[in-house]
Amino acid sequence: MAAIFQGVGAAAPLSSSPSNSFDSNKSVFSPRRSFSVSKRVSFAVVRSDGKVNLNPKGRRDQRLIPNAVATNAGSAAASKQGHELLLFEALQEGLEEEMERDPRVCVMGEDVGHYGGSYKVTKGLAKRFGDLRVLDTPIAENSFTGMGIGAAMTGLRPVIEGMNMGFLLLAFNQISNNCGMLHYTSGGQFTIPVVVRGPGGVGRQLGAEHSQRLESYFQSIPGIQMVACSTPYNAKGLMKAAIRSENPVILFEHVLLYNLKERIPDEDYICNLEEAEMVRPGEHVTILTYSRMRYHVMQAAKTLVNKGYDPEVIDIRSLKPFDLYTIGNSVKKTHRVLIVEECMRTGGIGASLTAAITENFNDYLDAPIMCLSSQDVPTPYAGTLEEVTVVQPAQIVTAVEQLCQ
Amino acid sequence: MAFSTTTANFTSQPFSFNAPSPTSHVKLLITPTSASPFFGSTRKLRLPSSSIFNLHRRSGTVVGVSQVVKEKKPKSTLNLLITKEEGLELYEDMVLGRAFEDMCAQMYYRGKMFGFVHLYNGQEAVSTGFIKLLKQQDSVVSTYRDHVHALSKGVPARAVMSELFGKTTGCCRGQGGSMHMFSREHNLLGGFAFIGEGIPVATGAAFTSKYKREVLKEADCDHVTLAFFGDGTCNNGQFFECLNMAALWKLPIVFVVENNLWAIGMSHLRATSDPQIYKKGPAFGMPGIHVDGMDVLKVRDVAKEAIARARRGDGPTLVECETYRFRGHSLADPDELRDPAEKARYAARDPIAALKKYIIENNLTSEAELKAIDKKIDEVLEDAVEFADESPLPPRSQLLENVFADPKGFGIGPDGRYRCEDPKFTQGTAHV
Repeated sequence: MAAIFQGVGAAAPLSSSPSNSFDSNKSVFSPRRSFSVSKRVSFAVVRSDGKVNLNPKGRRDQRLIPNAVATNAGSAAASKQGHELLLFEALQEGLEEEMERDPRVCVMGEDVGHYGGSYKVTKGLAKRFGDLRVLDTPIAENSFTGMGIGAAMTGLRPVIEGMNMGFLLLAFNQISNNCGMLHYTSGGQFTIPVVVRGPGGVGRQLGAEHSQRLESYFQSIPGIQMVACSTPYNAKGLMKAAIRSENPVILFEHVLLYNLKERIPDEDYICNLEEAEMVRPGEHVTILTYSRMRYHVMQAAKTLVNKGYDPEVIDIRSLKPFDLYTIGNSVKKTHRVLIVEECMRTGGIGASLTAAITENFNDYLDAPIMCLSSQDVPTPYAGTLEEVTVVQPAQIVTAVEQLCQ
Repeated sequence: MAFSTTTANFTSQPFSFNAPSPTSHVKLLITPTSASPFFGSTRKLRLPSSSIFNLHRRSGTVVGVSQVVKEKKPKSTLNLLITKEEGLELYEDMVLGRAFEDMCAQMYYRGKMFGFVHLYNGQEAVSTGFIKLLKQQDSVVSTYRDHVHALSKGVPARAVMSELFGKTTGCCRGQGGSMHMFSREHNLLGGFAFIGEGIPVATGAAFTSKYKREVLKEADCDHVTLAFFGDGTCNNGQFFECLNMAALWKLPIVFVVENNLWAIGMSHLRATSDPQIYKKGPAFGMPGIHVDGMDVLKVRDVAKEAIARARRGDGPTLVECETYRFRGHSLADPDELRDPAEKARYAARDPIAALKKYIIENNLTSEAELKAIDKKIDEVLEDAVEFADESPLPPRSQLLENVFADPKGFGIGPDGRYRCEDPKFTQGTAHV
């Protein structure tokens, strides 16, 4: 599905591994140019055919966001240039590498095999690995998700695809009861190392049922982890980490982000499942976001910088559990929090995050937390209406201005 | 891929369960005096006569396996279905199941176990008949009525009783309870509270077996999976979805329907448009067999063939076992809806009594030896209860263990450390 989409050319992320202590001040004032993958954050249009249009007027004249490869800091990243690809290709690469690495990794879902996946994430895999390893299932989400869980209990490591995340509502029984709880009710005897993944979120006039945000429904299930990818770099990294994890992980992809282009390292790397990603360090306000809203935030950030604000943008990435360390450090620095998400207002990730921050960091807040979410409305088909159900950059700018009064 | 199935492929004698014979269009008119015990005591149920109710009188065309087998073999006084050893094994397993469930009832009323407890009395022939043919690496998936499946599969009575008492020495550390019996060692994959939920899991286990053979090239992997479930489940989507997938990919699985005619208080006939469940197998491309589930030898015969079929790689089978539970749905069920005459009819077909009779009449062993087994089982149970009684309750520190296989899944706390490294975590007092 090709969509011309506007957003910030993927900002190279700074992801800290737990062993390094993250010090945002240090990163702001001492860019590490030695990493070859670092690049400027600029306003760019990424076309679906892969061409990137850099807008020279929009280039921000400021510090580089230094890059750290998620694994060893002293890795060979400096010597290699990396390679460019689109987000769906990054997911495919991650999946393919893990399938090569471990023969127990398999894929199951609708049209993942011969069709190559509805968003081409599994393209070519069936030819390479065979029809059993990349299994085209009948349209029976609850049952094939359960089948994946049974296979995981008996030794395999399935990656279960929901053609659209919304379809996984039909698999809720299996995801909640078995995925989440079975390790516990069996007293730890059986592990469920599955990855449940698929595209979700609001697309371009896909209609209400294809525009759902299931992260809000799944977040209460004990025993599962949820992550959301937003750039080719973290897409590949999270896919690999999720497959290697012994826990059941739900990986949320977004329908509109599949054609994002970025240069990623050649060598093997993963992104830690429990960590958030610092997108843009700042001083005045902490903006927490994930998935597609990251790009709306970065677009708003450009406007805000021109107006003299200095927002700190964090892509929380890990929707369950929250990385309270990265978030907390940021709150302690800026004292103001704005959450921007695509979930509905009621019971969404933002609502949980607001509660978690209030509980843990109330003393550090100078103002109440603001949370911008989608309207509690089934996503309308009409383009004009759809646009106002999700948060737009202009709203983010207004919110920051309000928060920083 | 067209898969023409009649049970003709299954054994040498086609049982013609599925082919309607022109002479036996029977109106489905249930009366208390119905000669067919299969349809139970729904005396008020009268359905209009219509050709769509093309059901056969069970006594007309449905034939017990052992009967047919006997007819085929030359008459011989040495024509026994089991050896002495097998007979004793089957007897002991069924007695263990029965005695265990009786003990559960006692313990429940004494306040040693709580919640929903579903007992298996009366259905032992199905569990014993099937599971005793399995190897340790074969898998069993059950429902909430899983105590006896666990015992037949080899989980020690001590471990099951402890689990029921909620003790930390239970097979699931006290975290599962009556409806969630699991054993990695014995390949018991649960224990599920929602009906139908275990069938996809069983399908997945069968998928792994096929995957191991074909992708991982473990050529001798021929593990079979048995999925047990009831008549009520056979109206659930997961049942049909898994029949389809299992037949489509020829998975090594046997779907065993324990049709005890009642789903709590809902009669199978009031819930199902076509009550003959075995007929649903051929609709998906697998054989559908009906067997008398009160007769362990008949069940065992059918099971042998179904399991061998799966092991060979010929795909799944649907086996409907007509059986009955002597007690209510659970210990909380007053069991007022079922007709006492129906209960009496099935009580007369008690599988343990029937096997005992067979063993004695065919001189496989003496009554004394059977009594010795009874006594042995009593001792096993006394020991199990004592063990469970004396076992410790789970300490608070166990609360947060096993939620995640990798406890990093609880995330990173405000202090930068993983929450699972917090000492309060191991004490079970951490807030997650």
